[in-house]
Amino acid sequence: MNLNRRKTIALGAGGVAALLGTAALAQTAAAPAAAPAAPAAPATPAASAAAAKTTDQWIAEFTGGAEVTDGGVALTAPEIAENGNTVPVSVAAEGASEVLMLAPGNPTAGVMIAKFGPAAGKREIATRIRLATTQDVVAIAKMEDGSFKRATANVKVTIGGCGG
Amino acid sequence: MAENVKPRVKVPKSASAGDVITLKTLISHPMESGQRKDADGKIIPRSIINRFVVDFAGTNALDVQLEPAISTNPYFEFDVLVDKSGEFTFTWYDDDGSVYEEKQSIEVA
Repeated sequence: MNLNRRKTIALGAGGVAALLGTAALAQTAAAPAAAPAAPAAPATPAASAAAAKTTDQWIAEFTGGAEVTDGGVALTAPEIAENGNTVPVSVAAEGASEVLMLAPGNPTAGVMIAKFGPAAGKREIATRIRLATTQDVVAIAKMEDGSFKRATANVKVTIGGCGG
Repeated sequence: MAENVKPRVKVPKSASAGDVITLKTLISHPMESGQRKDADGKIIPRSIINRFVVDFAGTNALDVQLEPAISTNPYFEFDVLVDKSGEFTFTWYDDDGSVYEEKQSIEVA
């Protein structure tokens, strides 16, 4: 019993230390990358490392620390999602060049970054996303004039969509 | 990992010059998030489509970076401005290095 308990505690402490370690690493890694809008990394190893980014890191990397104002972006999501495995969402932002979508309540906050090219029509994109739990979905649009606009939408999730 | 990956795209046959048309795309893919565990409690490694690109007649229309929070069988609906006849190229990039491509032409009057 005692041994078990000690083991558990030791394991727990180890886990925390490991977490702190990766967090520190992630921060240092994110700092230089945040400056210019980094081109879409076609990477696979980089992508898995990026999956550990927090909501704040995602936003910092996307905006480069610029101010984000509310309004100017329409984020459409259901108020109640019965199945968190597939929640239909759409973002529309007239004059946007890029849109970042985040689900801060998920184990990994990132959802997508959509870049609109010269052949894009309306700056609107719809997809289906996973939501682990009830949360505020965030969309940040980078406008063509370089400013950033934000919209959030609360989605109540009945059954979470990240499996277990 | 990802077998039976089948892209499907819906493009109108024809349009008028200067029209903004809506495209719908779907690709069958499990989008394994890297969060789930198998029966033995081991984490199933992440295996998703991480990038989706749409070009029209050689000009980029959309470039999306996908994260594990995108649902199984990633679906996208978006708009493209067409000013001349041409071909759409849809490209999906898999974590495992596979690239899936689909082409579809449109007649613009």
